[in-house]
Amino acid sequence: MTETSQSTENGRKPHGGSLMTLSKRTARRNAAEKRFQIYGIAAIAVGLLMLIILVSTIVSRGVGAYSQTFVTLQVELLESKLDKSGTRDLEKIKKVSTFGYAPLIKNAFSVKLEELGIQSELSAKEQAAILSKSAPAQLRDYVIANPDKIGETIEFRFLANGRVDGYMKGRVSRESIANDKSINAEQLDFVDILVVNDVIEKTFNLDFITGADASDQRPEAAGMGVSMIGSLFMMLVVLALALPIGVAASIYLEEFAPQNWLTDVIEVNISNLAAVPSIVFGILGLAVFINYMHLPTSAPLVGGLVLTLMTLPTIIISTRASLKSVPPSIRDAALGVGASKMQAVFHHVLPLAAPGILTGTIIGLAQALGETAPLLLIGMVGFIASNAPDSLASGLMSPNSAMPAQIYEWAKRADPAFYERAWGGIIILLVFLITMNTVAVILRRRFERRW
Amino acid sequence: MNDMTLLERDVDTKNIKIAANNVQVYYGDTHAIKDVNVQIEDKTVTAFIGPSGCGKSTFLRCLNRMNDTIDICRVEGDILLDGEDIYDPKVDPVQLRAKVGMVFQKPNPFPKSIYDNIAYGPRIHGLARNKAELDDIVEKSLRRGAIWDEVKDRLDAPGTGLSGGQQQRLCIARAVATEPEVLLMDEPCSALDPIATAQVEELIDELRQNYSVVIVTHSMQQAARVSQKTAFFHLGNLVEFGETGHIFTNPEDPRTESYITGRIG
Ligand SMILES: Nc1ncnc2c1ncn2[C@@H]1O[C@H](COP(=O)(O)OP(=O)(O)OP(=O)(O)O)[C@@H](O)[C@H]1O
Ligand SMILES: [Mg+2]
Repeated sequence: MTETSQSTENGRKPHGGSLMTLSKRTARRNAAEKRFQIYGIAAIAVGLLMLIILVSTIVSRGVGAYSQTFVTLQVELLESKLDKSGTRDLEKIKKVSTFGYAPLIKNAFSVKLEELGIQSELSAKEQAAILSKSAPAQLRDYVIANPDKIGETIEFRFLANGRVDGYMKGRVSRESIANDKSINAEQLDFVDILVVNDVIEKTFNLDFITGADASDQRPEAAGMGVSMIGSLFMMLVVLALALPIGVAASIYLEEFAPQNWLTDVIEVNISNLAAVPSIVFGILGLAVFINYMHLPTSAPLVGGLVLTLMTLPTIIISTRASLKSVPPSIRDAALGVGASKMQAVFHHVLPLAAPGILTGTIIGLAQALGETAPLLLIGMVGFIASNAPDSLASGLMSPNSAMPAQIYEWAKRADPAFYERAWGGIIILLVFLITMNTVAVILRRRFERRW
Repeated sequence: MNDMTLLERDVDTKNIKIAANNVQVYYGDTHAIKDVNVQIEDKTVTAFIGPSGCGKSTFLRCLNRMNDTIDICRVEGDILLDGEDIYDPKVDPVQLRAKVGMVFQKPNPFPKSIYDNIAYGPRIHGLARNKAELDDIVEKSLRRGAIWDEVKDRLDAPGTGLSGGQQQRLCIARAVATEPEVLLMDEPCSALDPIATAQVEELIDELRQNYSVVIVTHSMQQAARVSQKTAFFHLGNLVEFGETGHIFTNPEDPRTESYITGRIG
C-alpha cells in the first residue's frame, strides 16, 4: 500500500520511461560491469605476460644445457703406455691411472693436426686442455672394458671443456676470459680452427638427461638422470605411504568418526599441518628419522618419509572434500538395502570419490616433487657418479639426490656452465610437473561425476 | 516366539507387524517425536500424514533405524518387529534393514547399471547362488517395480540415465529385490508426475499382497487412495490413528479435521 501511495505522491512510477532509453541507474550499472570486465581482462593479461616471460626465460636459458660440444679424435691405445707386459692382465691394466692416459690424448691431437696440416703455437698440454677433465677417465674406462682393443686406434668423442662449450654457445668470449686461468685466447683460436675442420661439433646431449652429477671442475659432464631416479624413488615412497594412510584417515574421519571435540581438534590440526612450511618437516625428518631412528642420511627413503608427512594433509583434505561431495542419498540408498556402513563406503562412496582422490594425490605428489627445502636439511644432495643401471640398483637406502635439490646445488656453484645446467634442469622438472598436472586434469575429465 | 505369533494369528486375522510403544525421539534437545504408540499391521498399507516438520520422516526412519546415521538423534521407547525389539543392543541394524526396506523421497539410484542397482542388495545378502538366480531376481524385482518392460533391453545402461519416475520405480524394485517384510516409503511420489504417481500407487497396492507398507505422503488423496490405515501426526504427537475411511470421513480430533480440510498445514 505505502509503495503505491509513495509513487503516486511523487507522480512517477518506479520503472517509468521508455525501454529504448537507458535509465541513469542502468547506465551506471552497465558501466560498473564494463569496468569490472576490464579489470578482469587486465589481470589475466598480466598473468599471461608473466607466464610468457617465465617460460621464455627458462627455455632460452636452459635450452643450452641440452646441446654439448664434443671433440672427435682418433686415439691410438699404445700398448707401451697401457700394458707394458703385453699380457692383457686386467689387474695390471687397472694399475695405470688416468695420468697414464693423458699422453695418449696429447698424441692424438698432434696426429690430428698433422693429418689436417695445421701448425699450432700451443703446447700439447694446452691443446689437450680444451677437452673435459674427464677425457682421460673416459679412455681408461673404455680400455678396462675392452682390454683386447689395446694397440688399436679407436675414434673417441670427448666432451669439450666447459669453457670451450661456453665459447661454442656464445656464453664465453675472448673478453670474458681475460682473467681466466683455465683458458686463453690462443686456445679459442685453436678451437675455431678445429671447428672449421669438423673436429669440434655441437650436438644434442642425451647425457644431460640421463647422466649423473659431476664434480665442480667438470660442468660439461653433469646430468640430471641420477637425481631423476632419486626423485622417482621418493615419489614411490610417498605414493606407497601417503595414499593409503591419507585415504584411510579421511574415510575414517569423514564416514565413521563421531562428531566430537576430539575429531574437531584433529580436523583443525590437519588443516594447520597443510600450512606448515616445508622446512619444518625437513628439520623434523632430520631429528626423527636420521638422528633418532638412525636411517641413512641422503637416502631417498628418508626424503620420501619427509615428503610423505608434507603430502599427507594435502591428500587428506582433498580426499575428504571428494568424499563430502558424494551426495548423502547414495549412502542412504546403500544402507537402505541393508549394506553395512563399510560396504556403503567401499562399494558406492569411494568409487564416486576416486577421481577427486586421484587428482588430489597427483597434485600432492607434484608438490612433493618440486619441494627443495626439506631435502637440503636431510642432505639429499648426495652426489653419486654412477649412471642409470647402477644408480637404479642403489635403491632406497643409499645416498641420492633429487631434481630440485640438484638444481639448487648447480645454481649454487661458481661456474656459469653449471648455472646453465640449473636452468636446463628446471625445464625437466617443469615437464614432469606439467605432465602430472595434465594427467590429473585428464583423470578429472575422464571420470566426470555421473549422478 | 513362534508359538506366540501363532497364537496371535488365532486371535486376530490381521497380524501386528510392527508395534511402537511410547517412542520418543530427540535431535539433541529438540523433542521431535513425543510418546507415539502405533501398531502397523502385516499386509496393510499404512499412511503417515501431517503438516511439514511434524516428524513423519523421523518416525519412519526409526522403523529401520536409519536414524542411527544421525549422530545427535536419540530414540527412546520400544519398537517391536514381530515381537522383537529392534533397538535391542543385540540387534545389528544391517540385518534389520534387510527385513525393513526403504524408498526415499528423492529417487536415489546408484550410479551403476540398472542391473547392478537391483542386484546389489541380493548380492550382499547372498540371496542368489549363481548368475541365473540373480538374473531371475533382477527380472522379478523389475517386474514388481512395474518398470521391466521399459528397461529390459537396456539393463546395462546407467540407472541414473532414467527419467525421475522411472528412477523411483527402479528404487522401489531395488527395495523389493532384497525380499523385505516391511517397505517404508518416504514421500515416494513427491518428484513424480501424475502418470508415474499412478503407476507407483498401483504398485503399492500390489505390494500389499506380500508386504506391510508404510507410506509418508502430503497428498490426502493419495493417502485415501492407497492406504487402509492412516496415522495423523502433529508437532511430534500421533494425534489420530485408525481406518483410513474413518479418519477421512469422521475424524475424532479437531486437529485432524482441520488438517484434512486444509485449515492447518
Ligand atoms: N537431522 C536432524 N537434525 C536436527 N533436527 C532434525 C533433523 N531432522 C529433522 N529434524 C527436526 O525434527 C522435526 C521433524 O522433522 P521430520 O523431517 O521428521 O518432519 P516431516 O514430518 O518429515 O516433515 P516434511 O513433511 O517436511 O518432510 C523437525 O522439527 C525437524 O526440524
Ligand atoms: Mg519428511
